Parts: sequence; C-alpha cells; structure tokens
Amino acid sequence: MSKSAYEIDSNIDKIERYVIVAWVDNEAGVLARLSGLFSGRGYNIESLAVAQVDEERKISRITIATYGTEGVIKQIQAQVLKLVPVHKVNIYPINEKTIFRELALVKFLGTGDVLNKAEQLCVDNNFEFLDKTPKSFIVQALGRRTEVDEFIKKIKALGEVSISRTGALAMNKGAETVKDNKGKVL
Amino acid sequence: MGENDYQLTGAEIVFKALHEHDVEYIFGYPGGAVLPLYDQISKEKKIKHILVRHEQGAGHAAEGYARSSGKTGIALVTSGPGATNMVTALTDALMDSIPLVCITGQVPTHLIGTDAFQECDTTGITRPCTKHNWLVKDVNQLAETIHKAFHVANSGRPGPVLVDIPKDVQFQKGIYKSSKDVVVETYKPKVKAELSDIEKAIELIIKSKKPIIYSGGGVINAGVKASDTLTEFIRITNFPITSTLQGLGAFPGSDPQFLGMLGMHGTYEANNAMHECDLMINIGARFDDRITGRVDAFSPSSKKIHIDIDPSSINKIVKVDLAIVGDCLSVLSDMLTTLKNKHSDFCNSNKENISGWWKQINKWRDKKSLSYKKDDKLIMPQYAVERLYEITKNQDSYITTEVGQHQMWAAQFYKFNKPNRWMTSGGLGTMGFGLPAAIGTQVANPGKLVVDIAGEASILMNIQEMSTAVQYKLPVKIFILNNQWMGMVRQWQELLHGKNYSESYTEALPDFVKLAEAYGAVGIRATNPKELDDKILEMVDIDRPVIFDCLVKKDENCFPMIPSGKAHNEMILGPEDKEGITEEGKVLV
Repeated sequence: MSKSAYEIDSNIDKIERYVIVAWVDNEAGVLARLSGLFSGRGYNIESLAVAQVDEERKISRITIATYGTEGVIKQIQAQVLKLVPVHKVNIYPINEKTIFRELALVKFLGTGDVLNKAEQLCVDNNFEFLDKTPKSFIVQALGRRTEVDEFIKKIKALGEVSISRTGALAMNKGAETVKDNKGKVL
Repeated sequence: MGENDYQLTGAEIVFKALHEHDVEYIFGYPGGAVLPLYDQISKEKKIKHILVRHEQGAGHAAEGYARSSGKTGIALVTSGPGATNMVTALTDALMDSIPLVCITGQVPTHLIGTDAFQECDTTGITRPCTKHNWLVKDVNQLAETIHKAFHVANSGRPGPVLVDIPKDVQFQKGIYKSSKDVVVETYKPKVKAELSDIEKAIELIIKSKKPIIYSGGGVINAGVKASDTLTEFIRITNFPITSTLQGLGAFPGSDPQFLGMLGMHGTYEANNAMHECDLMINIGARFDDRITGRVDAFSPSSKKIHIDIDPSSINKIVKVDLAIVGDCLSVLSDMLTTLKNKHSDFCNSNKENISGWWKQINKWRDKKSLSYKKDDKLIMPQYAVERLYEITKNQDSYITTEVGQHQMWAAQFYKFNKPNRWMTSGGLGTMGFGLPAAIGTQVANPGKLVVDIAGEASILMNIQEMSTAVQYKLPVKIFILNNQWMGMVRQWQELLHGKNYSESYTEALPDFVKLAEAYGAVGIRATNPKELDDKILEMVDIDRPVIFDCLVKKDENCFPMIPSGKAHNEMILGPEDKEGITEEGKVLV
C-alpha cells in the first residue's frame, strides 16, 4: 500500500518566522495588492519595509516579516508571485545564511541620572546619537530584530520613550543574488 | 499634416484595441462617465453592444459568453454604482476562472478623490476580485493597458481584469500602440511541464491498480482540444473518471467510464472511488471543500498527482505526492505521447490490470445513488431535469443554472457530452447567474438551444434581464423548478438546523406565466408529470424567450449528500439515511 500524503513528519507543521522579499513594479496600488492579499487570506504581517531600489527599472523591494508553517509560507510565496506586478519572490528562513537588519529611532525623555543611565545603555550597544538635549536624546538602534527588541525593552524600563522602527530587511550572504527574468541582478 | 492628425481620442483607442483582440460583443450599460465610449459605440460597425438591464447582468452575460465560446467576455459599465454592481460578477469570474475584460468609466482625473458624483475607488474595490486592474490616467498608456488586460485575462489560469478610464482620458487625444509592440515583463505563467515530472506520473499510472481521474474546469479552460486529449487518455488507460461541477462535459457524461460528478452531491461510485483509490490524478481542479469533504479523511491511501496551471493551487488544501505545473492540454498531450511511445504494452494490458477495480466500482454503481421515488401526480424535480435531458439531448444544447438544489439536479441528471455546454456558478455560488449567463451564451451561439435551469428564488435575482432577451430576440428558455422554497436553504434547515425553516419560504411569488407575458415573452406552466413532455416540447419549439414554470414536489431533498464535516465514504443516500451529522459539521458551510 502506498504511503498517504498525510503521514508526513509533524515537524513540517511547526510555526516559524520567515522573511519574504518581493521585487515588484513600483506602480500605484502595488503595496495595497500585497497587503490586501495578506489580510484577505488571513496571513500575518509582523513588519513590512518597502522602497524603490532601482530607479531605471522602477522596481521596489518589499520585505515582509511573517510567521507560519512551511506549507503556509510556500502558499504565500505562490500567491504573491501570482500578482501581476511581482517579478520575483524569495523566502528567507531565519538562519545564519542571511543578514537581517532592522533600524529603530528611539527618543528618550528624562533628565540627570536617568538620562545618563539611558545614554550609557546606548553607548554599550554602540548605537549612534542623532540628537541630544538636557531633557532628551534620539538614538539610532541598528541590529537584528531580537537585538533591537532587547534594547527597546531595556531603555523602556528606564523612562519614557517614543519609538519608530523600519521593520526587517534581509539579504543572503555571499555572492549569490536573485535575478529577474532577463538575468539582471535584483 | 501635423502630428496630431495621427492621434486618436481615448474612446477611439479603446475600440481600436478591442478590434485588435477580435471582440464581437460588449455587454454593457451606459452612464455619465462612459458617454464618450458610448459615442464611439454608435459609430461602431464590427462590435455589437448588448444593453443589459443591470450591470451585474452584463458581468454574468459576459461570463456565459466566455464559457460557451472560449473567447474573452467584455463588459462596459459606468463609474460608481455601475462599477460596484459589477463586483459580484467579477468575483464569480475570479472563482471560476473565466476570462473577462471589464471596462469602467471613472470621474475625470481632476475630480478623483473629491467624492464626486458617481465616484468610487473602483480599482480599490475590485482589487481583490480581479486578477489585476488598472486606472489609466494617461491616454498614451491606454492602448498598452488594454492589450495587457487581454493578456492577463487569458494567460495562465484565466480570470477577470478591469480597466478604469476617467472620462477626460476618453476625450483626450493620444497615440495608439499595437499589441505587437507591448511586452508584459512580469506575468509569464508556465505552460509546459518538466518532462521528468511527466515520466514520474507515467510510472505511478503504470503501477496503479485502483486509479481514478478527477478532472475539473481547468480542462475546459484549456480548450476543446484538451477535452479531446483527456478523452483519448481515458480510452487508452481505461481509467475511471469523475469530474467537478465545472469540469462537466470535458469527458462525455453518458460514457460508461464516467462515474458522474463527485463531491457533496456527487455519486456514490465517484466518491467511494475517490476514497478507496490508490492513485488520484487531479487534472485542472482545485480540491475545493465541496469536493473533498473532511480533508483529514480525504482519500487516505492514495498517491496524488495534481496537474494545474496555477502553482498556488498546489498543496493549498490537499498535500500531493507529485505536482505538475502546466496547461492541461500541454501536460495531457505529453503524458499521452510518453504512454504511447514508451509503454505500448501498458496500453494493451491495462484493461486487465484494473479489472478488479472496475468490478468494485460497478458494485458501488449498483447502489444507484441518483435514484428517487417516482410520483404519478407530482412532478419530481429530478424527473423534470431527466425529461428535459431526454427531449433535448439530440440537439446541441447549452445549459446554464442559477444556484441551489436545481443546480445540483441539473449537474446530476443532465449529461454533457461536449465541453463549453455547461455554464454554472460553482465557486462563488451566485444566485441570479443563470439568466444573464444564458443571454451571453445565446449571443455566442445563435440558433442553438439555451436553457437556464432555475429555481423560483434565484431567477428573481436577475429577472430584469428578460427585457434584454426580448430586445435582442434571444430565445433563451428559463426552466424553473418551482417548489416555492429556497430549496437548498430549506434542505440544510431540515437536515442541520432542526427543521427551523426560518425565512426560506417565499410567500408571494409572481405568476411566472403572466410575468413572461409582461416582458413580451412566452409563459408555460406544467403542473403534473403527464403533461410535462408535451410542454417541454412546446417550449423547445418556440423561437422566443420562454419562462417555463414547472411546479415540482415542494419538499424534495437533493441526494446523495456528503454532510459537511464528513468524508467521501460517509454519504447520505436518501431521506431514510440521515444519521451522523455532527455538531462540528453544522458549523461548516
């Protein structure tokens, strides 16, 4: 008797975090198409970063951090690839083969000792100060999402903060690249 | 002569582009924001406009036209309510993979975003219910956009697209671009499958002792040749075949190798064969919930091959062992070639190999799951469809339906021997689909018999299209199985909701015979089985639109049935067999 398609190792159904990158034509409504697809089909968006990366070809790179089973992530990839303005879709599992970066701007409010303590935390992390006053500072936190998360948790414990985050960016290590249908590097 | 002499208005560009795509008919309704396009229609010689009575009707008529002809359906409506009324038809076409190009007017560009009269965010509203849509703000992009629209609607898995054109763009002059000069960079669906996958499939086919083919609308969409190739494949392998609702007609319905439709109201033999098979070959179907029943008990011991042009259909609901992404015609042809060239011994011996399986299938067949209690005084709805089939089977007939019990009886009892003869709303389940779809079908197939098998509730949802049928002398026949109930709702209330018949009875129905006459059509009523044949013959002979009010038994249920939440081998066969509907099942739709 042949093996059933359902007798699959249950590990496959584990929910994991992934970063999905889509290269799209930078045209009106393209972000709405993508985000609408996610909400319409009940997929999650943890963060989303988007900007044009090629002025000549008018291509934007959309980076979505999400989570799901491997099956769901593959389904997301297939669904996104169906959108007409999408050139390529790549999935980056969270592992050592990929560089992940997220940037946060953190404005800290406080004076005296509290301010000094918070400043020291930033110095310990090697984060760059972008603005300083006697009652506040703005620091640029840069790193993997977990690193940024941890920093924010610590600085929040010291006082009042205002935070702006970019969402994750991803790029694979080494000389390997994703190419468009004509073989041009994306 | 200046440069401007070569320029066309936006409206002229639209029609020039439509000519390039051999458009013959447009289904539409005018309004403020499309008047420049309608100016052009009045000058038009090649393209005929069919004026519907409601924009939803234009959409479904274009669907019927497309499904019955294999061409692209074209709808033209105005901004605001014109566009919002199209939403149901666009969603319907998306679910059932029907190629439509819908052109909508939009308020002039300088008024967009100001809540202008009859303004709505058409591309925003229709984004999730089209394959793609465009708002054209530059007249010089108009020709290219329309060419792209046709490309997207027809490539890969077909579907609806929408082009929104502001009124000022329709007036402006611009340069025409031919479709030959348009390159679509991103949307390039894969049509041809890998040969290695074809060979893997053939290996599984040769080894199988209990195979079944489960074919769907993808075969119909791949063109008539795909249906012929499928038929040849079935002949050579001697495999049994079942079909989804949308796939009916790809393989002859009256053939002994055909097990009937599968799924919720499919036959006992088809569903049990799906459950017990050792190899399932899904050709152009999508494991819809109406097909699979309970997914975790779906065909537990089979290897599964899935052939589909849409990669996102694969492993979406049912995990398969071999996925073949490609066009059904291309894949079937490749499979057939490999079988014939490399495995001629299999072709000769396979009848014997799977004879035990056929024996088992014939045992299931002996259950006669479509049988029903005959009645002398009342017209049984199944009997009505059976008689309609018997009387019309020798002419090349086209059947559309509304949605509900009558639709399932039509699918069970009307046998389709050719593709593109069966137009029904499967995915979305749109009541009101059948009459406008019949109109579109009749437009595409003049001189042919077109029957909308309807329910008395569904038909009232787009009854206004009777006017369209009468205006264009389209002799469509509306065959209403009138039981005064929303039959499928009533059936579910009886079986799943403790006989709480909440709001499913229609207290005040129109007199359908008089209604037909009011529209300038012909009304016929049949009240008992003895007169049924004569009345159907009378209907078929009338070369005008007819409403046939067939009064049927009121509380008949549609069987067999897989109750929701149950597996293929847990069917209810008849009224005495209602055990086993679970609480979990009741929650499902």
